[in-house]
Amino acid sequence: MSAVEDVVTEAPAVEAVPKRSMTLGYGTSLVVLAALILTPLFVKNFIIFQMTQILYFGLAVLALNILTGGSGQFSLGQSAFYAVGAYTSAILMEHVGMNYALTLPVAGAICFGFGFLFGQPALRLSGVYLALATFALAVAMPQLLKLGYFEHWTGGVQGLVVTKPDAPFGLPMSQDMWLYYFTLAITIAIYIFSVNLLKSRSGRAFMAIRDNEIAASAMGVDVALYKTLAFGVSAGITGVAGGLGAIAVQFVAPDSFTITLAIQLFLGMVVGGVGWLPGSIVGAAFIIFVPNIAEGISKGLSGAVFGVLLFLVIFLVPHGARQVAIVAQQLIGKLKKT
Amino acid sequence: MPAIQLRLGALSAAIAVLAVTSSGALAQKKYDTGATDTEIKIGNIMPYSGPASAYGVIGKTEEAYFKKINAEGGINGRKINFISYDDAYSPPKTVEQARKLVESDEVLFIFDPLGTPPNSAIHKYMNSKKVPQLFVATGATKWNDPKEFPWTMGWQPNYQSETQIYAKYILKQMPNAKIAVLYQNDDYGKDYLKGLKDGLGAKAASMIVIEESYETSEPTIDSHIVKLKSTNADVFINITTPKFAAQAIKKSAEIGWKPLHFLNNVSSSIGSVMKPAGFENGQGIISSAYLKDTSDPEWKNDAGMKAFDEFLTKYFPEGNRIDANVMFGYTVAQGIVHVLKACGDNLTRENVMKQAASIKGLELGGLLPGIKVNTSATDFAPISAVQLQRFKGEAWERFGDIIDADVGG
Repeated sequence: MSAVEDVVTEAPAVEAVPKRSMTLGYGTSLVVLAALILTPLFVKNFIIFQMTQILYFGLAVLALNILTGGSGQFSLGQSAFYAVGAYTSAILMEHVGMNYALTLPVAGAICFGFGFLFGQPALRLSGVYLALATFALAVAMPQLLKLGYFEHWTGGVQGLVVTKPDAPFGLPMSQDMWLYYFTLAITIAIYIFSVNLLKSRSGRAFMAIRDNEIAASAMGVDVALYKTLAFGVSAGITGVAGGLGAIAVQFVAPDSFTITLAIQLFLGMVVGGVGWLPGSIVGAAFIIFVPNIAEGISKGLSGAVFGVLLFLVIFLVPHGARQVAIVAQQLIGKLKKT
Repeated sequence: MPAIQLRLGALSAAIAVLAVTSSGALAQKKYDTGATDTEIKIGNIMPYSGPASAYGVIGKTEEAYFKKINAEGGINGRKINFISYDDAYSPPKTVEQARKLVESDEVLFIFDPLGTPPNSAIHKYMNSKKVPQLFVATGATKWNDPKEFPWTMGWQPNYQSETQIYAKYILKQMPNAKIAVLYQNDDYGKDYLKGLKDGLGAKAASMIVIEESYETSEPTIDSHIVKLKSTNADVFINITTPKFAAQAIKKSAEIGWKPLHFLNNVSSSIGSVMKPAGFENGQGIISSAYLKDTSDPEWKNDAGMKAFDEFLTKYFPEGNRIDANVMFGYTVAQGIVHVLKACGDNLTRENVMKQAASIKGLELGGLLPGIKVNTSATDFAPISAVQLQRFKGEAWERFGDIIDADVGG
């Protein structure tokens, strides 16, 4: 317990050494990467499907992490961007006949624009007020998708069924495995992009705004531009995650993108550690597996059990997976010295 | 050479004998994943949490019914292992749970998953895996499509056929009616509306004077009723779920609007709709039914209802007797037990579908007298008949014939 307390009472690591604490070391990254690449070769298709879920949910959590952990803005509206991305991919695949891989950049671009535009009015709001504005967006989205005007494209309340892609070039792998590696490649690319973004000039501007808006603008940071940019980037990545989700699940419907999804993503970010990008994957695993575990313990009280588990996590490791990682690092450091 | 020939002959004879005996054994007992000599694994997906959690009681009733079957020795000596998961009415979660059931738990089939969006999400998957998606708990019309989706089958009368029956009645009794429609803005409401329009045919445009929709998130629908009244319509088609149905009945009586009121079957429960709305306000309302209403005194001494009550006291004491969902779960569980009994020792997925598609005139204790379960290779709508009923005093009074209305998907 004392080690944990030390970490908690220390000044938050993010502020002290932002570049390092945002990422994992090279050695650890390689081990995680190898595990992600090799595991699917030995497990059932269902497990591969769950791993794919973790990856695209991880991307959505990562997007929120850039927004909240990076630029310090709250959003409860990520499910809306996710829905737009999912519907963009589904509509392009089913109505236009576009290749699934090509729909993702389109989904990302549309969501970037959407997020950037939403960021304009949202600029006037901060903290909890911004969270409320985005909350409204999340609540409105499922009903907008049901509107009669779009029904020809969206399928209305019935949703749209998406065809799952086969492995290309006659590769001898199942659809699930191909989709997993496809998602993994995109996730790694976006992860590297995000890490570099936060290390860059723009990333420093995000963090300057997060830490002190007035100081940041005094130093010449265009607060309005960077805040909307953070919104746009976050929405864009969420859109790509939504597109991947639509392809993996093979179905989009308004009921898939309710406020519950937005809260799940928020939860994933907190559990993974706010501002710590690798934690996004841990957070995604939490929101996928822990409800299943809770249901296994008690069907009637699954919600209550989930609440208790969540409470335990917040109570024991308030800084989420990042805290666990830091403790582990310190332990390994001590072992090396002795 | 002769010696070798002899040996070859003996060998082939031995193989022939082996082949005969083994094929004989196969003909006796055949299993797919999920069935063994001692167990049949059945998967199920229900919204135990989330916005539709009121329906979760269906899954609990089914579980209790299978407990009863197991306590009484199982089906042909095999115990039912009922694995039911929560999807919170979220389609992506349904996909995850369905894949878990099929690929990880390895169930023989998935039985009675609930809701139109969740079932739509796994429709294609189940059919590409060739795993039965049996007796889905939704009234959408698309489940009766054996040609495109031979592994999916519905259960209850579908929504469209119900409003088609009302439409026929209106065309016959009040050909110049002015119809006001109130519907819930989702797949369920729109399916009902489509049935009504199809049933009215070319006259739909002139007869329907207003189509008003409401969202489930609205606390009350009083303002919609006032608006409907202002059109002076003389027929009111009420496509609402129980809470809103009770509000609608009460409000229209309050403001003195007395049209011929059609109430969808979803909300025909005496206990949860007619009583809270006030019996005096509900007189003369027309609805339809296929299940016995547990709060209707007519069935007090009915054998089917007695068996139901016995089941409730012994295996499901926590169940709410007047909740129509309990009766629903009880009846559909009886349906699947019938199918599994008919399968005998041939528990392959193909045979389960085959037996499910060859139910002839099955009567169940919870169904109204005269309503039977019927399926065939081209008819995947097990229950397709309903009977009209009119509210009188404190109970429904059924009238007219049993009406069969199959609508293909």
